[in-house]
Amino acid sequence: MHEVLTVARKEFRDGLRNRWVLAISLMFALFALGLAYFGAAVSGQVGFTSLDTTIVSLASLAIFVIPLIALLLSYDGVVGEEEQGTLLLLLSYPLSRVQLLAGKFLGHAMVLAVSSILGFGLAALAIALLTGNVASVGLWKAFGSFILSAVMLGWVFVALAYLLSVSVNEKSRAAGMALIVWFVFVLVFDLALLGMLVATQGGLHAELFPYLLLLNPTDVFRLANLTGMEATQAYSGLISVSSAQLFHPTLLFGVLLLWVIIPLGLASFIFKHRES
Amino acid sequence: MNCAIEIVAVCKDYGRVHALHDLTMQVSQGEVLGLLGHNGAGKTTAIKLILGIIDPTLGKVEVLGHSPTGKSARTLRMQWGYLPESVSFYEQLTGREVLDYFAQLKRVSAHERDGLLERVGLDEAADRRVKTYSKGMRQRLGLAQALLGRPRLLLLDEPTVGLDPIAVRDFFSMLNDLRRQGTTVILSSHVLPGIEQHIDKVAMLREGSLQACGTLDELRRQAGLPMKICASGSWPPGFWQSRLDERGIAHYKVNGAHLEIDTPLDAKLDVMRLLLSQDSVHNLDVQSPSLESLYVHFNAVQRQESGHA
Repeated sequence: MHEVLTVARKEFRDGLRNRWVLAISLMFALFALGLAYFGAAVSGQVGFTSLDTTIVSLASLAIFVIPLIALLLSYDGVVGEEEQGTLLLLLSYPLSRVQLLAGKFLGHAMVLAVSSILGFGLAALAIALLTGNVASVGLWKAFGSFILSAVMLGWVFVALAYLLSVSVNEKSRAAGMALIVWFVFVLVFDLALLGMLVATQGGLHAELFPYLLLLNPTDVFRLANLTGMEATQAYSGLISVSSAQLFHPTLLFGVLLLWVIIPLGLASFIFKHRES
Repeated sequence: MNCAIEIVAVCKDYGRVHALHDLTMQVSQGEVLGLLGHNGAGKTTAIKLILGIIDPTLGKVEVLGHSPTGKSARTLRMQWGYLPESVSFYEQLTGREVLDYFAQLKRVSAHERDGLLERVGLDEAADRRVKTYSKGMRQRLGLAQALLGRPRLLLLDEPTVGLDPIAVRDFFSMLNDLRRQGTTVILSSHVLPGIEQHIDKVAMLREGSLQACGTLDELRRQAGLPMKICASGSWPPGFWQSRLDERGIAHYKVNGAHLEIDTPLDAKLDVMRLLLSQDSVHNLDVQSPSLESLYVHFNAVQRQESGHA
């Protein structure tokens, strides 16, 4: 454990040193405040809108931004050290490859968690103060579960980034593949699913369809945040096709957790068995 | 049990590429071994095998009596230090922070860490970021890192590349200190001049095969390269021709007041007796075949053999 924590501490400090934590926190805070204030602009008003609308629009934005940030943060985690020559050195030290990978993941996971809690948390606090709702349990609960799911979504893509990073031997390839992963999960998957639904006239997959959504972590995140929200109708796109009530939130968090564990396990398997 | 490293009949293939072929060699404890070869000769592969970073395709590797990929790997890893070739470290950290990271991984105290920074001459630059370091300073940092935890075995891959002459001298004086303390050292290099007097034993690799392995004297005997004896003095023209010819010495050059003789090792003393018996000789200089000429010799032998095959 000492080794894992040492590596994690270094990765986290790198995150502070090169301003990742600061940049992500600021970005999240500005997004949250901006969406809360201008979220109702479409309907001709400015000012803090309902909590549901804020969370739903935040979630829609987070689906694009968080995977991108997580992939950017971690795509060079292993392949970058390899190009630098430090990977070979680390492998000669008394720590196993799995420990190295676990430490790096933990460090980046903390960077994302701290930034999300700081950014979205401060925004929630500002909203609460400005709308005079500091004591509202609903607001804190809603933001709490949003932050938790956002952190989990980030971890999923950090895990995927490490899977890429151990599978290639050039940083530039890892970067290219990270973009493809982002593109597939954030854009292509839903389109393909929708296309399939239309092509089969909705008949064939009616039962199967909601479960297919679980194959995409961004959709799981969407489901987790849009379940049971009034404002869902206007924003949820694909989700409205399926019954959002089908899955219990705990189940959805479990699925996200699987989406962290499986790529990470695969990454450590590949890392452990590859040459060099 | 004074064998620090034992490599027996090791082959290492990467797919179809044979990186090492039937490598067998031993390094005794306290020995300094020079591992020589061109780029791609298999030096780094050999080091990776010793460090247990890769498994051999065939054969056996033992380090300090244990397999480097087996159960004792962790204990072994506490006992060796490694300096990879052209490592650039973490640019955004300071020298002290970099060393700190590695010290923690090796469970070495902060006190020892600071001592090492001083020892490699980085104590003043320790709190500057590595980004601002010169190549030589990075190499010193790498060396400090390799020395963490007072290793019994040191593997240094091209340690003097990019160093200025003073840094090279400092490096070798540190190497000599370690040698006196009984540290086993493997020094991989393709830069030959200057390392002769710092190594006990040489292993030469070429295209994954061991060309030669032994002490410098053993290799000289094996190669049978001539010694060069130079004399200067004042003698009449044609003075040497008859004297050398009657002793069967064929390879010589006379250039005014200078005489240069190439002689086989076993005829060395005869030639010297002859030269010393002449009053006209004022100065004498004997040169054994250099490591460089041995290296060229063993590489050329192999090339001929493979050419015939």
